[in-house]
Amino acid sequence: MSDPLFWHRLQFGFTITYHYIFPQLTMGLALLIVLMKFAALRTGSAAWRQAARFWIRIFGLSFAMGVVTGVPMEFQLGTNWAAFAHRTGGVIGQTLAMEGIFAFFLESSFLAILLFGEKRLGALLHFAAALALFAGSWLSGYFIIATNAFMQHPVGHALAADGTFRLARLSRFVFNPWAFEQYIHNQMAAAVTGAFVVAAVGAYWTLRREHPEVARVSLRIGVVAGLVASVLVAFPTGHAQGRLVAAHQPVTLAAMEGRFESGPRAPMAMIGQPNVAERRLDNPIELPALLSWIAYGDFSANVRGLASFPERDWPTNIELLYYSFHIMVGLGTMFIAVMAAATFLLRRGRLHRARFMLWILALAFPFPFIANTAGWMTAELGRQPWLVYGLMRTAEGGSPTVHAGATLFTSLGFAGLYFVLGVLFLALVARDIGRGPARHA
Amino acid sequence: METLWFAFASVMVAIYVVMDGFDFGAGALHLWVARTDRERRQVLGAIGPFWDGNEVWLLAGGGVLFLAFPKVLASALSGFYMAIMLFLWVLILRGISIEFRSHLEDGMWRSFWDATFGMASTLAPVLLGAALGNLIRGVPLQADGWFGLSLFESFSPRGALGILDWYTVLAGLLALAALSHHGALFLAWKTDGPVRQRSLRAAGILFPAVVVLWVAATAATARLAPGLFTSLAARPLAWLATVVFLAGLAGSFLARRAGRDLPAFLASGAFLLGILGATAASVFPTMIRSIDGPSRSLTAFNASAGPEGLAAGLLWWPFGFVLAIVYTAVVFRLHRGRSRSADGEGY
Repeated sequence: MSDPLFWHRLQFGFTITYHYIFPQLTMGLALLIVLMKFAALRTGSAAWRQAARFWIRIFGLSFAMGVVTGVPMEFQLGTNWAAFAHRTGGVIGQTLAMEGIFAFFLESSFLAILLFGEKRLGALLHFAAALALFAGSWLSGYFIIATNAFMQHPVGHALAADGTFRLARLSRFVFNPWAFEQYIHNQMAAAVTGAFVVAAVGAYWTLRREHPEVARVSLRIGVVAGLVASVLVAFPTGHAQGRLVAAHQPVTLAAMEGRFESGPRAPMAMIGQPNVAERRLDNPIELPALLSWIAYGDFSANVRGLASFPERDWPTNIELLYYSFHIMVGLGTMFIAVMAAATFLLRRGRLHRARFMLWILALAFPFPFIANTAGWMTAELGRQPWLVYGLMRTAEGGSPTVHAGATLFTSLGFAGLYFVLGVLFLALVARDIGRGPARHA
Repeated sequence: METLWFAFASVMVAIYVVMDGFDFGAGALHLWVARTDRERRQVLGAIGPFWDGNEVWLLAGGGVLFLAFPKVLASALSGFYMAIMLFLWVLILRGISIEFRSHLEDGMWRSFWDATFGMASTLAPVLLGAALGNLIRGVPLQADGWFGLSLFESFSPRGALGILDWYTVLAGLLALAALSHHGALFLAWKTDGPVRQRSLRAAGILFPAVVVLWVAATAATARLAPGLFTSLAARPLAWLATVVFLAGLAGSFLARRAGRDLPAFLASGAFLLGILGATAASVFPTMIRSIDGPSRSLTAFNASAGPEGLAAGLLWWPFGFVLAIVYTAVVFRLHRGRSRSADGEGY
């Protein structure tokens, strides 16, 4: 346990998981706020305007949490992963610098403009500011995904004699095909989070018979956007991700499925427990041949098992990787079912009276956060044991002069600070929801 | 090309200090210059639209270092590990205090965040100044370009080195005084009524402190890093920056006495830009100075990301920089005028 690498990984894993609770919500909400403001502009309805104003307030809180927990992330690449930052900075420094100069300034400036107020700006300019804020937050997402895509599937670089990565072709690196697929998948997943949160608040108000007009529009946009985004997360974007993993990280695919032996007509496990010591999946309930089809578009395709790869290239935490992947897929499937049912009731005009459905919607909002987190854990645990896939191992990336005691100290500090902030954030959001939209009119 | 990126990085850091500096200064002073809830809302109304954008200069500056000088970024951030982490926590507390405070109309809630905001805003400049002090004093770089310093050791810049010693603490105090002075002039420009009066009074008290600490820090630097002044004397750009900062220092005093709030604030900004510019021009190309002689120092030339990356960055970075300036100007233009004691919308 005095291996600093363990603590570097734990700290970074914790701070980035916690951080990403907020960007997924702000990116999702940004899209929905733009849609709400668009509806308000088109229909002139007060309900849409009030809904947009309410969600901008929640957006502001979430954005603030995203900013303060995001600032450490860029620094931690240097503090905890100095060898990684040194060797790859020549490449990924490009996208990280782009994020700062193109996305962050756009976001912070237009949030300041948005909060300047609709009354003083006029409806159209205010809509434009919301649009710019949306663009900024989604652009920021792209630069981070492009950075991550280089770690997953390095392209556009050259290796220098001293082991550092040099940029070879900027466009190839920035427009990494992996980044493109992962970005759409990730952004749709963020939209799912935003939609479930908006729908949950709409359902909660409806159940309490409060703020009926704003509740109605929140419910409507949350449910419809939730269905569209949930479907898109699975197909085509999730499927495309699966094929990329199969093509470029076959050992990861095997670990995600707890598959040890190779063979054709590979089944997809719905449930089961990977038993790495005995190299088998315990108590499997499987869908026959589905994995072969997902990975290679052919039900009879051969899917390699872990046994066909050298053990030193196996992901380091196969069990957690397996569960992350299955939790993501399982929840994603349920999201489609929930939102499809809710949309059906909405179309029939019965959703606001369907108490059982409203209860489900009101209580379902934590699960997209879990699914998003599980998705990222799948990507990042699946990347192990590499920092840059196939080229630089995680063990080579830590800071050479930072010891375990220092990292544990700061990890505990982050844990304490983030716990307090999280409690306060939840309390403030709960209070805003309790007070409803009218108070901020 | 390395020279150009060194200049970009220096400019970004200097703009960050000038911009976030006024937030830090306002935060460090607000417990004294704003007494009532309404007055504190007025202070927050003055910096509220800007602090987040100001902090982006730090991230964007870090981005430039990452892109152009990854070894410098990696070595400095891991070498100053404890101080950097402290700085991050302080930044978290500062930002969250501003955003959370307004959400509850409760006396205890607001007192807590006011105190947190004041404390965080006081610590941040000290850490920034100490960081600069470390770079000037030098650090024990190993042959492979890494170093690790604990937060404090002997408190002597000549003995067992820590991040904090009397010299770097002196630099930290100079930064605290200079940024508080800067923040006071910002508040004098952006507020009215009693807050403005008290800010002007605070600036009057802080000005001599800045001068005294600056003289002391300069004298200490002359003993610890005499080479800085040799190269300063030899470089016209460093002269120019020196003229700017001396003029800024004098200008901030004269304009304040003449009751001209905006020129006083701008002069204080010129002072900060000038003093950082003069330092950068004098230490160039050294980025992290080794205490064991210049051969181990990390410079713009031996720590760069390579010509391909630097050239590629030139294609887009200047464009982004101009955009950032435009956005900043728009936000300032929109939020022009003083934060009145009567309003404080959103805060």
